[in-house]
Amino acid sequence: MSRFTFPDSIASRPVYGTLEPKQGKAHLMIADAEGAEALLDLGMHNPDIFKNSHVIFIPKDTGQTYIGSLADLDPEQFYVGPSYDASVPRIRRVLSGAHMGLQVYLAGTEGLIGQAQNEAMQAGIPHTAIQSEHRGSVARRMQCVHCKGITEDVTTDPFVCSHCGLNLFVRDHYSRRLAAFQGVRVDAEDPGNIPVPVELYS
Amino acid sequence: MSAAPQKVRAGAEKIDVTISAVTPLNELVTRFEFVRSDGEPFPPFSPGAHTIVELNDGGRTRLNPYSLMSDPSDLSTYAISVRRDDQGRGGSLFLHRNVSVGDELTITYPVNLFPLDLRGKKHLFLAGGIGITPFMAMIAHLERMGGAWELHYSCRSRALGSYADELKKRYPSKVQVYFDDQAQSIALENLLDGQPLGTHVYVCGPKGMIDWVHSTTASLGWPEENVHSEEFLAPQPGKPFEVRLCTSDMLIQVGENESLLEAMERSGVDAPFLCRGGACGQCETNVIESEGEFLHRDHWLDDDEHANGKKIMPCVSRFVGKSLILDR
Repeated sequence: MSRFTFPDSIASRPVYGTLEPKQGKAHLMIADAEGAEALLDLGMHNPDIFKNSHVIFIPKDTGQTYIGSLADLDPEQFYVGPSYDASVPRIRRVLSGAHMGLQVYLAGTEGLIGQAQNEAMQAGIPHTAIQSEHRGSVARRMQCVHCKGITEDVTTDPFVCSHCGLNLFVRDHYSRRLAAFQGVRVDAEDPGNIPVPVELYS
Repeated sequence: MSAAPQKVRAGAEKIDVTISAVTPLNELVTRFEFVRSDGEPFPPFSPGAHTIVELNDGGRTRLNPYSLMSDPSDLSTYAISVRRDDQGRGGSLFLHRNVSVGDELTITYPVNLFPLDLRGKKHLFLAGGIGITPFMAMIAHLERMGGAWELHYSCRSRALGSYADELKKRYPSKVQVYFDDQAQSIALENLLDGQPLGTHVYVCGPKGMIDWVHSTTASLGWPEENVHSEEFLAPQPGKPFEVRLCTSDMLIQVGENESLLEAMERSGVDAPFLCRGGACGQCETNVIESEGEFLHRDHWLDDDEHANGKKIMPCVSRFVGKSLILDR
């Protein structure tokens, strides 16, 4: 089951919907891992929009699971990349040459959705016009508020900053500009008093 | 809703001005330029802003909104261009006939309900007739900033195309003018097709043109955040009606040729307002009780609010029926 219902939280925390077809001249779909299932669901009822679609898919640890069925949707362009970072030059190239009327669909982990949304926003699409659907892992992209370093795919709270080594607690405070949640030192007032890490949403 | 400082009186703060120039542009449109009567520079304004001009027409106060069309970087002068409306309520006629250089007037501080979205990669302006005015200020601003813009300006005829020649001469590659009497019109779908991502479109003109731009952009998949419009509604005359204002404890009559807001002001009620044209939301008033039919004409309340009869915008909307009680 790739769906997860996030509990209600503060206003800063992003909320995700279900991808729906939108009227547009062209469609850009970016997904990672189980995010493929959201595209497949979209394609099941609306196969036509894939005729003008560019699909960018990063399988992560799903390997070959979804590649065949995504290709069967017969998108106009279909790219499978080894990582989000590797797909960024392509995403930027597509957005820089795109015209008004482009619809953007994002699906998969919060890290992918946030970063791809940021690229689309910088290209001039208001964030409210970008669709997103969360699927798969609840891992987060975290920024350490102390050293500003980003740690990808954080799954426990607290966690160790991969840059400065501080123990950070996972907050729902989110930055659209950084496409990251904020992590704050958990033992700032009582150095060394670090709770046992627990899985997010466990 | 806003963090504006608390004020003693409704409406924006006022400025006393002196008419420094009156320039007829064509048969229908005249430009009026103001300097401050106290000799100070005007407050800076952002392009797209309007001011409300207070006119004393034979003892009757008229408050009409006009877009500021002068260069926002020039704080010595504010300018408006006014189209004479022979069928209107008389504000534009009064300006055309009775106002001349040296006259003193009162205007409000600028209020902007039609700002540029400066995140836009490109600004596409669509003007219909006198709707050209806010774009004059926007163009001056973007030229200074080096912003990308393009103007498509539709007017009735060459003779009535205010500023058309001037704009075309100054920016030949950015301005396209269309004359109705030569059967020219903006090829909107064609124009929208292929605009770069991040383009914002702004339309100022008659209601039909605004609706056309909103529906066409929506059908082409443009986000509504990228489509901006401004239309000032003039209050329309209608059947007189009676209103009970319960906070002020007053029963007032709204005449055929005045708005509910004007009737409240005439009765000494200090009702809030900013645009007086159904756009800004400032005058929103709660309905306590009503028996009859609302004639909603504003752009502020949504369809549900128009249907449920719990709110009214007294600057442009009216009422027909037995009784109306407002929380004012």
